[in-house]
Amino acid sequence: MSEVETVARPIDLTRLYKALFLAVIATFVVVPLLATVLGGFKSLGELRVNPFGLPQQWEWANYADILLSKRYWELLRNSMIISTLTVTLTLIVASMAAFAFAHVKFFGSSMLLGYLTLGLLFPAATAVLPLFIKVRDLGLLDTYFGVALPQVAFALAMSILLLRRFFKDLPHELLEAALIDGCSYFNFFRYVTLPLSRPILATVGTIAFVNSWNAYLLPLVMLNSDSLYPWPLGIMVYQGEYSSEWHLILAFITLTILPTIVVFIIAQKHIIAGLTAGAVKG
Amino acid sequence: MRGELASAPSVAPLRSPAAAIPEHGPVRDGKFAMAVIFLPPALLLFTLFVVLPIGEAAWYSGFNWNGFGRPTNWVGLDNYRFVLETRAFWLALRNNGLIILVSLSIQLPLALALALMLADRFRGAVALRMLFFLPYVLAEIATGLIFSFVYDGDYGLVASIWRFFGAEAPHLLASTQTAMLAVLIVVVWKYFGFHMMLFIAALQGMDRNLVEAARIDGASRPQVLRYVVIPLLYPTIRLSVFFAIVGSLQLFDLVMPLTRGGPADSSNTMVSFLYNNGISRMRVGYGSAIGVILFMICVTFAVTYKRWFMRDE
Repeated sequence: MSEVETVARPIDLTRLYKALFLAVIATFVVVPLLATVLGGFKSLGELRVNPFGLPQQWEWANYADILLSKRYWELLRNSMIISTLTVTLTLIVASMAAFAFAHVKFFGSSMLLGYLTLGLLFPAATAVLPLFIKVRDLGLLDTYFGVALPQVAFALAMSILLLRRFFKDLPHELLEAALIDGCSYFNFFRYVTLPLSRPILATVGTIAFVNSWNAYLLPLVMLNSDSLYPWPLGIMVYQGEYSSEWHLILAFITLTILPTIVVFIIAQKHIIAGLTAGAVKG
Repeated sequence: MRGELASAPSVAPLRSPAAAIPEHGPVRDGKFAMAVIFLPPALLLFTLFVVLPIGEAAWYSGFNWNGFGRPTNWVGLDNYRFVLETRAFWLALRNNGLIILVSLSIQLPLALALALMLADRFRGAVALRMLFFLPYVLAEIATGLIFSFVYDGDYGLVASIWRFFGAEAPHLLASTQTAMLAVLIVVVWKYFGFHMMLFIAALQGMDRNLVEAARIDGASRPQVLRYVVIPLLYPTIRLSVFFAIVGSLQLFDLVMPLTRGGPADSSNTMVSFLYNNGISRMRVGYGSAIGVILFMICVTFAVTYKRWFMRDE
C-alpha cells in the first residue's frame, strides 16, 4: 500500500502543477477578452467600479445602438469587399503563376521564381511611401483596388510557393494522359488541377483573408474617405471620437471581432492548419 | 526562399520519376503559350507594387521631397545622416531589440512548455490549444484597443487591481518608464499561441518510437525531453526564432492603438517610427531612408540567418 502511495503522489503533484500552470495561462488569455465583452454591457459608471465582474444591470442598448447603426455595417461591408477582392485575385494570379512554374521549365524560370520569393524578405512597410506615390499616380488612391492590389502583390510570394509545391506533387500521369487525349494546358489547369487542389487553395485563401481582414497600415495610407474604411480603421476613428466612453468602445470592439471569433470556432481546424502550414511550408 | 525552409510532410508525393511529355509539336507550343499567358499577371503585380517601390525608396531617399511634383532637391546621403542622428531612431531600434529579447526568452519557452503539455490527447487539450491560438487570429488593432482598456488608469483592469490594494492607479501607457513594458506584455499575449501551434505540429509529426526506445533504455522523463525531444525540435525552434525576429521588425499595428509610439517616442518600433516621422508628415525622402534602413536590416538578417542556421532545411 505505502509503495503505491509514494509512486502515485509525485505523479499527482506534477499533474497538479501542470493544471495550475495551464489555468494561469488560460486566465491570462481569457480575462482581457471576457472583460471586453462584459464591459460592453455595463454603464460607464459601473465599468469604473466593477471592470471584472458580471454587469449588475445589463445595458443591452450599448450593443443594440451599434448594431442598428449604419456605420458598423458599412465598416464590415468595406472589409468584406477588400478581403474578397484580395483573396480572389491572389488565388487566380498565384495559382496561374504556380501552375506555369510547376510545369514549364524554360531558360530563367528558376530565376523568375527566385525573383518572386524576394517578397518574403521584407515587410510592406519598408516601401510604403513609394507605394503610396505609385498608387496615387495610378489614380487608385481612395479606392478598394488601391488597397487590394498591393495586398495581392505582397501575398503572391508565399502563395505561389505553397501552390507550386502542391501542383508538383499531384500525380504526373494525370497531365500526361490528359495531354495525349488532346486536353489543353488551360483546360487541364481549370478542370483537373484546380479541383484537385482545394485543400491548398483553402490554405492560401485563409492566409490571404486573415491578413487582409486584419490589415491596418495599407488601408490607413491608401484610403481617405470614411465611407471606404475597413473595420480596423473605423474602430480607431470610433475610439478617437468616444475617447473615454469605454463601455461603448468595448461594445464596438466586441462586435467587430465577433465575426473573426465565430469563423474561427466554425473553421478552426482549417484556420490553424492554414496559418501554421503557411508558416512552416512557406 | 522560405519555401525551401522545411519539408511538407502532409502532402504525399505520387509523382512519377520521369515525365514523358513530347519535347516538340503542338503540346510543347501549348505549354509555352500557357506560360506566356499565366506568368505575366503575377510578375506585373509583383514588380509594380513590391520591387519598384523598394527601388524607388532608395532613389527618393536621396531627395528632400514632400511627394508633390517631381523630386528635385537632391541632398545625397543627408536623409540617412538625419535618421542616424535622431535619438528616436535608436530608441525604436532598441525597442525592436527588446521585443526580440522578450520573444526569445519568455515567449518561446512558454510556447514550448505549453506545446509539450498540450500535444498529448487529454480532455480539454484541444479546447485549450484553440483558446491559446485565438489571440493570434484577432486583429492587432483590436488587441491593442483591448489592452489599452486593460491598462487604462481610470477604468482598466490593472487600475482596479491596484485600487483593490489601496494604491494609486498607474497610467502604464502614459509613462516613458512603463509604456514599452506594457507593449511587450501584449506582444507575448498575442503571439505565444502561434509558436505553440508550430511546436505542437512538430511534436505530433515526431516519431514516437524514438521516445519509446529511450524510455525502454531507462531514460527518465526529463532526460527524454532533454536528449530526444528537444533536439528533434531544433528545426522548429530555429523556424520559430526566425518568425519571432521577422515579426518584431514588422510590428506596427499593435503599437498604434496602445501608445502610437509614445510617450516621447519611448515605445516606437522601427515601423511606427517610420510612420510617425515619414508617412504621416509626407516627408518622402526621410521616410524612404528609414524604409531603406529597415529593408537592409530585414534582408541582412534573413540571408544571414538562413545561411547560418537553416542550411540543411
